[in-house]
Amino acid sequence: MFDPELPWQRARSVALRPEPFGALVYHFGTRKLSFLKSKTLVRVVETLADHPTATAALLAFEVPEPQRASYVKALADLARSQMIERRSA
Amino acid sequence: MTAVLPSRPAERPTGGRLIDQFEYGLDAPICLTWELTYACNLACVHCLSSSGRRDPRELSTAEAEAVIDELQRMQVFYVNVGGGEPTVRPDFWHLLDYAIGHDVGVKFSTNGVKLDKARAAQLARTDYVDVQISLDGATAEVNDRVRGTGSFATATKALENLAEAGMKDFKVSVVVTRENAGQLDEFKALTDSYGAQLRITRLRPSGRGADVWEQLHPTMAQQKDLYSWLLANGDNVLTGDSFFHLSAFGEALPGLNLCGAGRVVCLIDPVGDVYACPFAIHENFLAGNVRSPGGFQQVWQNSELFADLRNPQTGGACTKCQHFDSCRGGCMAAKFFTGLPLDGPDPECVQGYGESALAARDTELVTPRSHLDHSHTGPVRGQPTLLGMPAIPPAKICDESPLAGLQLG
Repeated sequence: MFDPELPWQRARSVALRPEPFGALVYHFGTRKLSFLKSKTLVRVVETLADHPTATAALLAFEVPEPQRASYVKALADLARSQMIERRSA
Repeated sequence: MTAVLPSRPAERPTGGRLIDQFEYGLDAPICLTWELTYACNLACVHCLSSSGRRDPRELSTAEAEAVIDELQRMQVFYVNVGGGEPTVRPDFWHLLDYAIGHDVGVKFSTNGVKLDKARAAQLARTDYVDVQISLDGATAEVNDRVRGTGSFATATKALENLAEAGMKDFKVSVVVTRENAGQLDEFKALTDSYGAQLRITRLRPSGRGADVWEQLHPTMAQQKDLYSWLLANGDNVLTGDSFFHLSAFGEALPGLNLCGAGRVVCLIDPVGDVYACPFAIHENFLAGNVRSPGGFQQVWQNSELFADLRNPQTGGACTKCQHFDSCRGGCMAAKFFTGLPLDGPDPECVQGYGESALAARDTELVTPRSHLDHSHTGPVRGQPTLLGMPAIPPAKICDESPLAGLQLG
């Protein structure tokens, strides 16, 4: 389960490739491909490790309240596909 | 003849669906097809690249390594390697290791000719490699007619070796034809019996495929059955997203329902030429060569052809059709090689517009042919019998009868 109040990071075997619309995400272990559909989401994923919680990362990039839920859902999808992982705080 | 590309707007929108973004192209391909050699031990009747004989201008080992270095820099995370028969290149195994060592995963297609027990064990030990064994019939009878006598035995031996070596996730790759369309369940059972995964793709009128397309492309009834079969089994069967034209039957199929040519995919051929897609080996779809200054990246990012392809289609008959959003007009290569306009229906349009477009073609029309043909010129062991030719024709007239052709008296 994805809990935005916990510390997260981009998984170690995952690479992000910048694209005009956001980024392509690739997991070298599972060989799964995914896409980040906004540049803000790319910055959130890249800097998850610098923030105490995922919510803090969303706040840092001033993701407006009405959009917060869709960002949390996107992060939850990434957690399910192992693109981001829990880190020890 | 020049390809008249559909008229298109230019500005990439912000946000929206991914598929709409893909139509404007990516900074690097998601994956690309790389045919390492035109050499092949077989002479399949429907070969997309008209392979057979090695091209003397083939990329050298060092040049191939340089392409891999570039793919790594561009973060192309995997390539589909094919041919020809890629494993007949003496440096194939070296290039495989080199790619994997440079974060470029390899999925390669083979007829199985080199996959003995030792190679199967080597592959099973290698991470980040995928193998696809080509099989175009679930029985030797159906397969060998198109791929050549003995090719079913070679392929199933390779499958056996891979299974025995404990290889995970290898694939059986099938081109769906009129002759094997009724064997989908048998293919699935055969694949399951080796613990492999089934991959089915669409027959294209490209390369030698143009010569047999009329005879081998699935009938409309078969397309409908295939569509239903994919809806029922699609989650466990790979398709390379190649049947997106079937989405116009109603429900979208899993995967990317879009022509990715020059947008998210492309082809590098054995001599380093870059084409919009693996089914479009023709001068009109040639974007450049990896040997020119700037290499592959320059071609991908700056070729005029790819810039033209990277816009959504806005004009043409198909955009007025209610199914356009599901099928997106179908496959560009299929239209091109059957002599249909690129902004009109796919020849296998499931709404029937393709059939009428084919019937309305000018009787004088000469369909475009590729400028390349590496087909074997002499007889090939186990030649396919589909075209009604003897398996091996006599080498000289007098092999048949000492008096044949002799004018007596």
